[in-house]
Amino acid sequence: MDIKVRVWRQTDPDTAGKMVTYGVKDISPDASFLEMLDVLNESLILDGDDPIAFDHDCREGICGACSMVIDGVAHGPEKATTTCQLHMRHFKDGDVIDVEPWRAAAFPVIKDLVVDRSAFDDIIAAGGYITAPTGAAPEAHATPVPKVDADLAFEAATCIGCGACVAACPNGSAMLFTAAKVAHLGLMPQGQPERDTRVIDMLQAQDDAGFGGCTNMGECTQVCPKGIPLTLIGRLNADYRQAVRKKF
Amino acid sequence: MAVTGLLLVAFLYAHMIGNLKIFFGPETFDHYAHWLRTIGNPLLPEAWFLYIQRTVLTVAVIGHIVAATILTRRARQARPVRYAHRPKVQGSYAARTMRWGGVIVLLFVIYHILDLTTLTLNPHGVHGEVYRNVAEDFAPGRWYVTLFYTLAIVAVGFHLRHGLWSAVRTFGLQSPRGEFYARATALVLSLVLVVGYLSVPFAVLVGLVD
Repeated sequence: MDIKVRVWRQTDPDTAGKMVTYGVKDISPDASFLEMLDVLNESLILDGDDPIAFDHDCREGICGACSMVIDGVAHGPEKATTTCQLHMRHFKDGDVIDVEPWRAAAFPVIKDLVVDRSAFDDIIAAGGYITAPTGAAPEAHATPVPKVDADLAFEAATCIGCGACVAACPNGSAMLFTAAKVAHLGLMPQGQPERDTRVIDMLQAQDDAGFGGCTNMGECTQVCPKGIPLTLIGRLNADYRQAVRKKF
Repeated sequence: MAVTGLLLVAFLYAHMIGNLKIFFGPETFDHYAHWLRTIGNPLLPEAWFLYIQRTVLTVAVIGHIVAATILTRRARQARPVRYAHRPKVQGSYAARTMRWGGVIVLLFVIYHILDLTTLTLNPHGVHGEVYRNVAEDFAPGRWYVTLFYTLAIVAVGFHLRHGLWSAVRTFGLQSPRGEFYARATALVLSLVLVVGYLSVPFAVLVGLVD
C-alpha cells in the first residue's frame, strides 16, 4: 500500500519544528507502524537526508518507549495498543497520516518525535517505591494479599509509563500515571509504610514538573495502551484526602 | 471545584423547588417570596438570612471561578505547543464545554439578578409582586428572554452532568459500580433541574401562568 505521512521534524530542543510530508510506497499491510517508519528512514538515509528520530525498544508492547501521536490520537487509532503493535492494515491505501510527538511542557521535544520523559522519573523518585529489605525472595505465603487487592494492584501495575495519558489529556495532566503508581503500591501490604507520604509527595512532584490539573475528562483511559481504569484517579483522590487528614 | 460546586447545586435545587410554587397561584407564590425574607425570624432581623445566603453563594461562585481559572491556566501552561491534528475530545459534550458553558452560566446569572432580584431589567418591576414580574418577564412578546433563559438552563444542565459526578470522583469515588451510579444520578439530577426550571417560562408561554 502507498501512503503519505506528515511528520513533525525538529532538529533540536531549541529550534522550531514543522510538519513535513513524505511518501511511503509499497508498504506491507502487515508492517507495524514503526516498521513503516524504518522503511521510510532507510529511503531518507539513501537520499542523504536525516532519518526521523523516534523512541522504540521492545517492539512488543510492554516497554512503553514508543511514543507518537498518530492522527491526533496517542498510539494511534487502535484501542489498548502501543504504536509498535499498531499495524498498517488499520490504514487505507492513499491515507495521509499525521505523526506528532507527545505535546506537554513537562515532556520537551529532544528531536523529531523523541521527547524527554524524565518528569515521570521525578514523580517515581518522589515516592513510587517501597522500603523493603533486599536479599533472597521472601516466602510467598508470609504476607497474604486478598485476591481482589492483588488483581486491582496488578491492573494498576500494568502501566508502562509511556506518557500517552499526558499526551491525550486536554489539560496535559499526568493524573492517570500517578494514580496507577499510587494504587499499585498502596494496595499491597508492602506499600503501607509510605502510603501517606507517597501520595502527597508524588502529587507534589507531578505539579512541580509542570503537568496540568485533572478535570475528569477521561481522555487518558481512552488512549492508554494498558487500559488503566479512570476509577484509579478516584482512589488517588481518596488516598490524598486521607493522607492530608492524618497530617493535620 | 467540587466543594463550591456542590454548594451551588444545593442552592439551585432549593431555588427550583421555590420556583415551582408559581403553579399554586399568585398569592401562594408572592407569600412564599415574602417568607424568604422572614427566614430565621425572630433570631435574625428581616432579610438577614437572604444576605447571609447571598454572601455564602458569592464566596462559592468566586471560589469556583478562581479554581477553574487556575486549572485553565495550568492546562495552557502544560501544553505550550498545540497539536497540528487534534480530533474532538472523545469524552462527553458536557465535559468538553465545562469552561465556556460556565462563562455562559455566569453571564446569565448576572442578567438574572438584574432581571428578577434588583428588577432593573424587568418589564413589570414591582417589588413584592413576584408572580406578575415573572409572568410579564416571559410574556410571548419577549421570546428572546425565554430563549436566553432556556439556553442558560440547558448550559447549567450540561455543566452539572459532568460536574456532579466529577465532584464525587474528587471526593474519592473509586468503584466501577459506584461510578455507574454516580453518572446515572448526575444525569437524572441534571435533567430534573432543567425540566423544573424550564417549566416556569414555558408555563407562561402556554398561558398556564398568566
